[in-house]
Amino acid sequence: MTEDVTPFSAQAVPPGDRLDLPPSRLEEIARKLRCHIISMIATAGSGHPGGSLSAADILAALYFHVMRHRPQDPHWSDRDRFILSKGHAAPVLYAALAESGYFPVEELGSLRKMGSRLQGHPDSKLTPGVEMSAGSLGMGLSFGIGVALAARLDNRGYWTYVLLSDGECEEGQTWEAALFAAHFKLDNLITIVDCNGMQLTGFTQEVMNIEPLSQKWQAFGWNTIDIDGHDIKQILSAITQAKTKKGKPTIIIAHTIKGKGVSFMENNAKFHGKAPTSEEAAKALQELQ
Amino acid sequence: MTQEVSARETYGKTLVELGHENEKIVVLDADLSPSTMTHFFAQEFPQRFFDCGLEEQNMIGIAAGLAASGKIVFASSFAVFISSRCFDQARICLSQTGLDVKIFATHGGITVGEDGISHQAIEDLSLYCSLPGFTVVVPADAVETAQAIRVAAAMYGPFYVRMGRGKAPLVCPRDYQFTLGRAAMMREGRDVTIVAMGIMVAKALEAAEVLARQGVNCRVINMSTLKPLDEEVVVTAASETGALVVAEEHLAQGGLGSRVAQVVAEKIPVPMSFVNLKNSYAMSGKADELLEKYGLTATAIVQAVKSVMARKQQPS
Repeated sequence: MTEDVTPFSAQAVPPGDRLDLPPSRLEEIARKLRCHIISMIATAGSGHPGGSLSAADILAALYFHVMRHRPQDPHWSDRDRFILSKGHAAPVLYAALAESGYFPVEELGSLRKMGSRLQGHPDSKLTPGVEMSAGSLGMGLSFGIGVALAARLDNRGYWTYVLLSDGECEEGQTWEAALFAAHFKLDNLITIVDCNGMQLTGFTQEVMNIEPLSQKWQAFGWNTIDIDGHDIKQILSAITQAKTKKGKPTIIIAHTIKGKGVSFMENNAKFHGKAPTSEEAAKALQELQ
Repeated sequence: MTQEVSARETYGKTLVELGHENEKIVVLDADLSPSTMTHFFAQEFPQRFFDCGLEEQNMIGIAAGLAASGKIVFASSFAVFISSRCFDQARICLSQTGLDVKIFATHGGITVGEDGISHQAIEDLSLYCSLPGFTVVVPADAVETAQAIRVAAAMYGPFYVRMGRGKAPLVCPRDYQFTLGRAAMMREGRDVTIVAMGIMVAKALEAAEVLARQGVNCRVINMSTLKPLDEEVVVTAASETGALVVAEEHLAQGGLGSRVAQVVAEKIPVPMSFVNLKNSYAMSGKADELLEKYGLTATAIVQAVKSVMARKQQPS
């Protein structure tokens, strides 16, 4: 039964639903997202800056250039889907959603506050544009597989993007999903690992070594692409390359720096899940601007 | 002799009917399709069936992704695996989102038998009843199972439905109409009420027969929807019969007994007695031998009725 894989013949991509900023402007967007991350978390007094900052370039590329989506119509059935598996990076997702028009940028200030739509971890029932509720790690790839299978069943041409953390590659469910996606040849699913080399208590290599990561995914039947996850050109070209790969899912291992863009947060495990003080936030914003 | 029918076979065949009626239905299994009987659907609709292999956690995540993309998803495995193995996934991806995923579990309870305690799901109802947004159903027989499947498919939101492994006697009348959240009166009575679910409904009816011969007039209720519970029928039974016995193939904690007791304690305290697996696992054995050893029998219900009636307030 499982060998009987339906050939994937997507409908033509409807044009004109991308924000389609020129690649030259994406760095500026990423910087803006980073500023929001710092301000939001500082205002909230809690949150996870490190893993949000490391993913800012990836989200800038996806939301402002790559993905077809309609911020005014979050449930548009042909939209490309972005699934944030590493739920603690909610601030970078909220910043990208607000900047692309899903809700007012001013709302970012309500992060984690009573009654806010912007919960500590993403809640698909509350926030426009949030595809998946997350927070318990390792679930996003499975969810993304379901979304990609639905595209195949309905013969829709949308792409499904899943963002994993490297820490999530320690969760058993991630590898269950890895087997499944390769077995069912899900080539309409593009997974990106925000491989910042750190997790809550320190460097991944010391807490629980996951290397060699590319080889592991290759052994599971995936097409892998290693890039510098802060280089917009490399991100865009990897995604283009992934889209041409047939018969296999692709994983882009984006090598990033935790806390990227703020000198005292970079590679500093302390800022995995700690808010900057107001002085630290001011200093961070100064560096970013 | 009452006719005995397999609920899981009914499940498998009803899924095929539903598959023809509704293209949105997608079925997932975790390498148990010949046992859960989802293989009938797999044969008929190979493109809408996905065997997830031994990946229960992944299966629930995939189910959520499919449901978020407009599918009505049925996910099946043995009750023991699809309750505890993927509880976090059910909590985050289904309970917290309210997505349209129907978990149909087979081989529930101790009557799975010889496979032993690793395979006997006796805490599954407690787990799923604890999750906000979940509807939890344990049909009494194949007739009710067939109807419950259709109700689950038609109603948006997550369901947990538990079936047994073996064939079970048909207890629902020919013209039976299952209504979600409404208990079914199986036998009228005024002295005491037996509330039961699943295979214990048949045993409750058997006990009521025995007691009738001894002059005790038992009301028997099939409480197939555990959540949301039919509180009205519980309150009425407590008020009209003054004592309740709850019988279930489950641990004492968190199942039907706990749920009924919560209503009784809050709204109309009356003496209660419980027939269940108490607080321990069983062992390998034939289904009937296990039911006998662990006290899930008509005889045990008769004793429970007598004990609760002794505590019942005498009219002054």
